[in-house]
Amino acid sequence: MAGPGPVTIGQALKPDALEAPIIEMPMVEIEKVSLWYGEKMALKEISMSVPKHRVTAYIGPSGCGKSTLLRCLNRMNDLVDGVKMTGSIRIGGTDIYGPGLDVTELRKRVGMVFQKSNPFPKSIFENVAYGPRILGVRNRSDLEGMVERSLRAAALWDEVHDRLADSALGLSGGQQQRLCIARAIAVEPDVLLMDEPCSALDPIATAKIEELMLELKNSYTIVIVTHNMQQAARVSDHTGFMLLGELIEFGVTRQLFTNPREKQTEDYITGRFG
Amino acid sequence: MSKLWKSGEPFIWLTGGALAVALLMVAGLIALILYNGLGFFWPSNVLRATLADGTTMTGQLAEREPVPGRAGEYRIKMKVGNRDIYGADFRWVDENQITRREYPAEVALIERSEWGALIGTIKELRDGGRTLATGPEAWVDVQRRLPEVTRIRREIRRIETREIGGINYQQEQLRLGLKALELKGITSGPEVDALKAKLAPLQAQYKVQETRLVELRKSQTATVLVQADGGKDKEWPLALIVDVRFPNTMGVAAKTVYYAGRIWEFVSDEPRESNTEGGVFPAIFGTVMMVVIMSILVTPLGVLAAFYLREYARQGLFVSAVRIAVNNLAGVPSIVFGVFGVGFFIYFVGGSIDQLFYAEALPTPTYGTGGILWASLTLALLTVPVVIVATEEGLAAIPRGTREASLALSATKLETTLRVVLPAVMPSILTGLILAMARAAGEVAPLMITGVVKLAPSLPLDGYWPFLHLDRKFMHLGFHIYDVGFQSPNVDAARPMVFATTLLLLLIVVLLNLFAIGMRNRLRRRYATSAV
Repeated sequence: MAGPGPVTIGQALKPDALEAPIIEMPMVEIEKVSLWYGEKMALKEISMSVPKHRVTAYIGPSGCGKSTLLRCLNRMNDLVDGVKMTGSIRIGGTDIYGPGLDVTELRKRVGMVFQKSNPFPKSIFENVAYGPRILGVRNRSDLEGMVERSLRAAALWDEVHDRLADSALGLSGGQQQRLCIARAIAVEPDVLLMDEPCSALDPIATAKIEELMLELKNSYTIVIVTHNMQQAARVSDHTGFMLLGELIEFGVTRQLFTNPREKQTEDYITGRFG
Repeated sequence: MSKLWKSGEPFIWLTGGALAVALLMVAGLIALILYNGLGFFWPSNVLRATLADGTTMTGQLAEREPVPGRAGEYRIKMKVGNRDIYGADFRWVDENQITRREYPAEVALIERSEWGALIGTIKELRDGGRTLATGPEAWVDVQRRLPEVTRIRREIRRIETREIGGINYQQEQLRLGLKALELKGITSGPEVDALKAKLAPLQAQYKVQETRLVELRKSQTATVLVQADGGKDKEWPLALIVDVRFPNTMGVAAKTVYYAGRIWEFVSDEPRESNTEGGVFPAIFGTVMMVVIMSILVTPLGVLAAFYLREYARQGLFVSAVRIAVNNLAGVPSIVFGVFGVGFFIYFVGGSIDQLFYAEALPTPTYGTGGILWASLTLALLTVPVVIVATEEGLAAIPRGTREASLALSATKLETTLRVVLPAVMPSILTGLILAMARAAGEVAPLMITGVVKLAPSLPLDGYWPFLHLDRKFMHLGFHIYDVGFQSPNVDAARPMVFATTLLLLLIVVLLNLFAIGMRNRLRRRYATSAV
């Protein structure tokens, strides 16, 4: 599904989206989650479920808390000082903020791709092999197999298979982002979080990554945060609209874009504010 | 006028000019050192000057300057050697006193192992009371015998330092062992007997070596009769002669070969004549060894401190205060570090080590006195702020996203630090190390009181356990320069030596830096991101 974006939202939607039920086999359950950065409230009582093996997107204007919510799912907010959170998040049935939960175990099952691609200053091979090495894989041929599989899944293998020892920083922006995706799926997580993965990319690279997402969802549950409404409409099965820290509406993508329930959603989608 | 300023031209000239001035100063300094230092080894021709009063003065031209007080007249300084005959190596003579100048081919420049140079004409070669050769035959004969003489002299030296030195060392260790047992109250029994039993064969070995020495010394009976200026004859044993040359007969090729030989001798031999002659090898060895030990000490200390300050500590008032303190430490005068080294390392730590582990050697201190370990440690403290700052800069240059990516891949903070951050910050660590080495190689003041000596009996590294003797005192090029230039009894002879040693020190620092820079460039190419 390469090519320029659709002319209207309606044209972008996939035919089978209407048939997908609203919640099936929830992978991530978010219940009344509120978050404060010091005094400032960033998330207000968010509750929703992310279904398994589907792509779920969050849209909303800047500063509405989409990235913050995403980072809650793999506890990256732990790295920030002064963060306070109430409510519960369950992934695969386990409360991820429960006492005694090993954060590294969580992050093995929930991977993340960041907005700005951040390959390590190492070779391409070492970048993708980093995750498996952390998990304890030592055997060289095992690692090579995993690296090839991940790079093929990220649609990068054809471009780099003959220069795996070159520095990852020599790749173009789009290639680096695909490398980061390959790196994240090398550990085979259950959930893949993507924070505006295409915001720094040109349209061709964006199209490749969107194609990738549609293929990956067969094996992974994908949650993506995006500024680009058309992108959300193209790739996701479910979409949530957030505004100023609140989840205004959540539903099947086609329904949200053609027939939103809330007025604020409609205003945003039709471009009355951005 | 303001149009001229706005165009930017004057500023370009200003900045370019400032850079040019700085470069000229550095180039001028290096040129001065090169000229004086390299010229030291070149064998210049020997001039025989006949003076107005009929006497002759034979020697090498050292300097020429205008006579103070009288314009238009010059005087020259000649190195006449023969300090045991005339009392001084160098003499000034006014040029207008010189009636004739000649460069006779028969004048010999004889370098001796004591009393400096001997300049004159070789009359005879003698052995015992007999004359073996006279005149030009003698010259050839002397030069022919010199390699053998040198070999025997080297052999004698080797027996003295290595063989007998080694036996002495082992005897000393046994004696200390006996003393240790005595301190514990054991004065007889199997342990004592075992140690004493080892003493006897060592004593026998000593006798053997001593006999060999006596034999070798007795075999060198030849002497040379040299006629110097003013008809004074001097008989000098061949055994004490290092080199005989006829500078006026040497062509440029021969002189170049001689020049190279003397440079090699300079860097590989031991010093003689109160450090004014001979080589500086022990000082080179001591300097390099000290810089290496200091690098091994300062790198983990600085890097770990920087890691804690930047990666693990909560950034706040305390951490900022620590950082300010570290930066100020870089400005403390180095002699203060020396005093700290003496008070803390030598007296407190060294004294405690002596009490605990080397009690049998007391009251002679082992670690409770200056040594290469304490000197290196003092310099490590001196340079640790530099390493910390450079490493911190490198750590700050690593984008936060890199660490986040690693954590998101389920790595722990320690794994992230070791597998991602540390390799990426290596170039900056090496930069800090380069700066530290450059600073340490030049510091002399703190070393003077923590372990550097004018003449060290042995190197810190030798063939006896534990091979690296960290308690030994050592020699250092920087101190050597100071000692030779300002503390030596023969200032005229010493001055060219100062330049040569300065040049050598500069060269060693440049080589160390080039090595570290090379390593850093290789790392940079591999990791491709580094701001420092």
